[in-house]
Amino acid sequence: MKIRRRIAPGVVRCAVRCLFLAVTWARGESLVDRAPARTTAMSNPFEGQDRARRAGAKLFARECASCHGPNGAGGLGKAPPLRQAEVYRAAPGKLFWILRNGSLQRGMPSFAHLPEPQRWQIITWLKTPAT
Amino acid sequence: MIRYRAVATFVASPMILAVASAVFFQPCARAGEGPFFVSYTHQMEEPGNLEVTTKNITGKPGDGNRFLGCALEFEYGVKGWWTSELYLDGQATGNDSTFFTGYRWENRFRVLPREHWINPVLYVEFENINGADRSLLEVVGTDGEDDLIGPNSEARAEKKREIEVKLILGSYFKGWTIAENFIAEKNLSHAPFEFGYAAGISRPLALTARAERCNFCAENFQAGVEVYGGLGTHAGFGLNETSHYVAPTLGWALANGTTLKVSPGFGVNGTSARLLLRFGVSYEIDQFGRTVRHLFRGVGGSQ
Repeated sequence: MKIRRRIAPGVVRCAVRCLFLAVTWARGESLVDRAPARTTAMSNPFEGQDRARRAGAKLFARECASCHGPNGAGGLGKAPPLRQAEVYRAAPGKLFWILRNGSLQRGMPSFAHLPEPQRWQIITWLKTPAT
Repeated sequence: MIRYRAVATFVASPMILAVASAVFFQPCARAGEGPFFVSYTHQMEEPGNLEVTTKNITGKPGDGNRFLGCALEFEYGVKGWWTSELYLDGQATGNDSTFFTGYRWENRFRVLPREHWINPVLYVEFENINGADRSLLEVVGTDGEDDLIGPNSEARAEKKREIEVKLILGSYFKGWTIAENFIAEKNLSHAPFEFGYAAGISRPLALTARAERCNFCAENFQAGVEVYGGLGTHAGFGLNETSHYVAPTLGWALANGTTLKVSPGFGVNGTSARLLLRFGVSYEIDQFGRTVRHLFRGVGGSQ
């Protein structure tokens, strides 16, 4: 009986978590929404810098374009286009969180192997509206 | 004399592939395992990407002949959490012979979906090689310089069908890549478990990317050091009669996606070979799986 009492809360917690994951998966919640709220406090050290934007474009072409399209316009496989309002509006910290963690469920790898400044450079380019 | 021509094709195959891929496939991403040869980080291959690498090693053990061991590696990202690799091994020994020594099939599974301070990856490999294999992709048990001496005709008679498992722990911290690997290997015939370790740390020379496409900018170079060695068997666990190496490493990623790596490994005790020079070339083909699927669909559609 004691063992059952100890195990039961753990099983319930696990079930609730699985249900939560299943619901968010089924709803197709965007990755931006899944980023923790605390990430909104992070600021991009390269914001508005033209050199960082150009470096970000170079990095994007190398690391991201094969899935998200040459200019981030999408159209290749399942990866969504990134030239959209949701990305422009998103807090830089949320985009940084996505780059760091990726989403294994959706096939997006983690880009934590890139040094932090390079991830911010990509975000600088992403936040620049396409011309 | 080593039959260099026979192994030159093996060594240069990623270069050939790089040229071919530039014509037929998407522009490539950068091969991203850092400058290590023995240590694995927790970085997985991107889903659908194929990375082709040669890992070569040369050395002259004691009274033995100089050898060149080659491993041609095909690494494919099956899923974000699953990377599969096939190795084809060969070797050439001076005043002896050049031949194919076997194959390895390895799989890596990422355990945690998000990045943490320490990120575990499970590694399982099946090896079907012979005793003359010189690729030295890991050092386990009481592997040492003595294993590299002796005629190939005798060594190749020994069959090694082995299962190897690794616990890979990886971290990224302020631009530094840190990897620790714990290795256990078991010959499927009656042989004891053998253990080993590998650890590495590396960092790019610059953390910020330059705006221009360039080959010689500091961001393209990664320097580091790795240490690896054996830890005996389950019957005799420890450092007794094991070999250990310290190896500075340097990686250079060209703008076209080709990565070159070099690492001299210095043996630190009497059981180790004095110097092992490793060098390699790798090239990553973006979305190889998708491109191949489209090619076959195109063929099917035209019939």
